[in-house]
Amino acid sequence: MLQSFRLALKSLAGSKLRSFLTMLGIIIGVASVIVLVSLMDGMTSYITDSFSDLGTDQISVSVTNTDSRRVEPADMYEILEENEGLLTGLSPVVSARGAVRRGSESLTATSVTGVSEGYMSIGALTLQSGRFLSYSDMKSEQKVCVVGTYVAQTLFAGEDPLGQTLKINGEPYTVVGVLGEKADSEEGSSDDCIYLPYSSAAKLSMNSDITSYTFTADSSRMEMAQAAIESALYQVFLSEDLYTVTTLSEMLETVESITGMMTALLVGIAAISLLVAGIGIMNIQLVSVTERTREIGIRKSLGAKQRVILRQFIMEAGVQSSLGGLLGILLGVALTAAASSLIGLEAPPSLTAISASFLVSAGIGVLFGYMPARRAARLNPIDALRSE
Amino acid sequence: MFPFPKKKAAAPPAASNVPHPLIDLRDIYKIYQMGDMEVRASDGISLQVRRGEFVSIVGKSGSGKSTIMNIIGALDVPTSGEYILDGVDVSEMTDDELAEIRNKTIGFVFQQYNLLPRQTLLENVELPLIYAGMGRKERTERSLAALERVGLREKYKYFPPQLSGGQQQRVSIARALAGDPSLILADEPTGALDSRTGREVLDFLKQLNQEGNTVVIITHDTSIAMEARRVIKLSDGKKIFDGDVKDYAAIV
Repeated sequence: MLQSFRLALKSLAGSKLRSFLTMLGIIIGVASVIVLVSLMDGMTSYITDSFSDLGTDQISVSVTNTDSRRVEPADMYEILEENEGLLTGLSPVVSARGAVRRGSESLTATSVTGVSEGYMSIGALTLQSGRFLSYSDMKSEQKVCVVGTYVAQTLFAGEDPLGQTLKINGEPYTVVGVLGEKADSEEGSSDDCIYLPYSSAAKLSMNSDITSYTFTADSSRMEMAQAAIESALYQVFLSEDLYTVTTLSEMLETVESITGMMTALLVGIAAISLLVAGIGIMNIQLVSVTERTREIGIRKSLGAKQRVILRQFIMEAGVQSSLGGLLGILLGVALTAAASSLIGLEAPPSLTAISASFLVSAGIGVLFGYMPARRAARLNPIDALRSE
Repeated sequence: MFPFPKKKAAAPPAASNVPHPLIDLRDIYKIYQMGDMEVRASDGISLQVRRGEFVSIVGKSGSGKSTIMNIIGALDVPTSGEYILDGVDVSEMTDDELAEIRNKTIGFVFQQYNLLPRQTLLENVELPLIYAGMGRKERTERSLAALERVGLREKYKYFPPQLSGGQQQRVSIARALAGDPSLILADEPTGALDSRTGREVLDFLKQLNQEGNTVVIITHDTSIAMEARRVIKLSDGKKIFDGDVKDYAAIV
């Protein structure tokens, strides 16, 4: 075995350019499988991480109110009360993206959201100073707000933001609290946010209709919680088309199945290149058998049995493709590192992809090397010796 | 000198005290179908070679000598007839069984040397020993000893193309000797050599015979055939002479 391995290496070394060109297909195939799988893995885990930051115990409800059938925040709180234990929290969610200003400073990417006092635990928020929004703020549509660290640092550089005012779409709001840092205090991060009472936000967005809510529920009974909300809403709307109830884990599954499909598609394409590479190896091995007919004749005349010749040629094809596989792995890992730092995505090379593509490439060599090897093994020694 | 072998019906020689012949061809036919034509490359040849003999098989091209050489060398099997090599019937063996017989009993010396150009002399000589499954240490020792016998031990790391034709033929003889075969079968061993180096190779084969080896030379060249002690002449797939070289010299 070791002997034939050495022989195979020697024979490959004898025609370096040809061996390299034959291996190129495998190298490219393996490298692309690794790069694609690693990047897709990286992307998937980036997406799932961002989702689980939001909390997997959340249930999002969005409703379409009509003139005759509608739900108000009060109706939703009723649902919460009726399902005490199962549902643990509720907040209306009003997106009121708008220009945020203080003096000459202005922010444009800041998310401005109207929520209830219960959102602090729903969003797993912490306070750095001041207080969070309160029930009375909702009731009396107070023009108060709680800001994230990015907003605090940018608009109130060096000052204590508490008690200060900022303007959202021209309306002055008093800062009553500063949230604890959640991400990295960068622009666009989850620290770039302002929370208002939902009643004030509804007014601000010129849309008094509140259509989005977020519940939290016992995370071990998410499906039950979802069903409870759905049945309560059905009693009001009498149509499933007027509301949607989604859990984050549901959305996560959707995202995962989409990225999974994309991975499968891309890997499939890369796998085709491996197949083509295998055919290339078969082709070269057939040429090699023809060229080395005399060598095979000599070996057989000296007593090499069929399986010895078979092993020699399969070994050559296998060593060639495994070597290509190894080079492909090196290339793939290097490219993955380069690509992920370029995109700014954390994508460690996928170990599954590495081991699978190595096994596949070695297997391809053996599989596609078998036919030429069998042809070599069955050569008649007399004819083989006569060939030039 | 030797009587014609008895008919095929003859009992196997096992019971006799006389040791069996090394090569025992009994009524060998090798028939090729060429379109509608039937070519009898061997048309009922019978012959025996005993241990320690030095025999040449001579004939023009097309006489069937290559066919007989292939059969004697266990490279091919006859269409009909029996070939008993060293007491074993090889006439109906499979490819792999023949390979084993070749490996254990026959040392080939070919016209074109048939060395592997990318392997060193040592590796070339080791080849049959590898196929015999011999361990590395013993293999190397025996191969070096065989190279020593042909005077090329110092060059064991060389590659065949670095040597002259005569030297390469000596390497191929070393390879034939390494496995200590019962029979050395040389196919036109001087065919690719000039007369002086051809002479050397012949002398070497003679010397091997004097040391007790059985040597069979296949050649088209009468003068080379007459270096042997016994000559078998073939023509049209038939044996037309089989006897002492002196008797053969008398007819030529």
